[in-house]
Amino acid sequence: MAGSDGHAKAPAWTKGAGRRTAFLRGVMSAPTTPGLFILFFAMIGFGALARDAGLGAGEAVFITASLFQLPGQVALVDQFGRGATIAAAAFAVALTAIRLLPMTVVLMPYLRGSGLPRWLEYASVHFVAITAWVESLKRLPAIPVPLRLPFYFGFAGVLCVSTITATFVGYHVAGQVPPLVSAALLFLTPIYFVCSLVATATSSADYWAVLIGTVLGPILFLYLPGLDLLLTGLIGGTLAYFIGRWRRK
Amino acid sequence: MTAGLLGQGLTTYVMLLLLGAVMTEPWRWAGVWLARDLDVESEVFRWVKAVSTALVAGLVARMVVFPIGALAEVAPWIRYAAFGAGLAVYVFAGRHILWGVLAGTATLLLATAWLGQ
Repeated sequence: MAGSDGHAKAPAWTKGAGRRTAFLRGVMSAPTTPGLFILFFAMIGFGALARDAGLGAGEAVFITASLFQLPGQVALVDQFGRGATIAAAAFAVALTAIRLLPMTVVLMPYLRGSGLPRWLEYASVHFVAITAWVESLKRLPAIPVPLRLPFYFGFAGVLCVSTITATFVGYHVAGQVPPLVSAALLFLTPIYFVCSLVATATSSADYWAVLIGTVLGPILFLYLPGLDLLLTGLIGGTLAYFIGRWRRK
Repeated sequence: MTAGLLGQGLTTYVMLLLLGAVMTEPWRWAGVWLARDLDVESEVFRWVKAVSTALVAGLVARMVVFPIGALAEVAPWIRYAAFGAGLAVYVFAGRHILWGVLAGTATLLLATAWLGQ
């Protein structure tokens, strides 16, 4: 249960550990997660896409570092590729970013209580994107409260450096891989995300949310493009919440 | 080489910042602010977690049902079969994410290579 403080199953290294140890453990834990590699390959795909859209390598890397959320990055580059207006591009990116709000709300209770300055909490959420989010929800509950934020910074820092590297690599290998390999690279993200969602589900409401969201997402995309993600979350999540509440009784 | 929309040199980066980060980061900060007194055992938290889970699940389904780029060239039934196979392997084979991802991707590659588009 994500809500428990998890001290009972805290990893052995946390015993007597300070912030520095926690940060280094965060760094070291990154290469042991499949998410890092999947994100790496997904960002290679983004680098290639950015090149197709006519952007420079520096600009592609800048987009990855400053947005740090793949759907928004793809939306931004896609808008350039289609020659959209500035307002349309901004609106498309903002819509993909709305989902970061509830994700941040869910993650924040695990990042508080480090005793570190408050602005670091605001800085830390720059890394809130699906990979960092699911991995943090899996790992942070088991780590003692004061060590969570340093651990998270170590982990997310590695993710950030990796995505920047991958964007650069992808930009330069663009057009040199067969289409089937490109298709497989694009498929990694959804299959990894869905397994991760099941992995971070802690209640029947969460499982229902995965199921209802999966069915509702494509339907709303067809009928209400633009608002589909937001509505999928609100309608599907609310429905799942009430089913979960009913089943708890 | 840049798209015409973006202008040249430094202007490009300012534009990217305005269209990208300025549209993205405030949502994260709003999340920090809204979560300041939230307890993970509360009903509100349960609801928000369900909403964010459904939202990400919807995004995932959209990527598979209405894909972009090279994945759109793969036949829909192969995409669905690969997605189902990956998820099934994850759930029924010890809940190892890497196995699920490898099984799904292998299904996609093999089915496309053998059975065509």
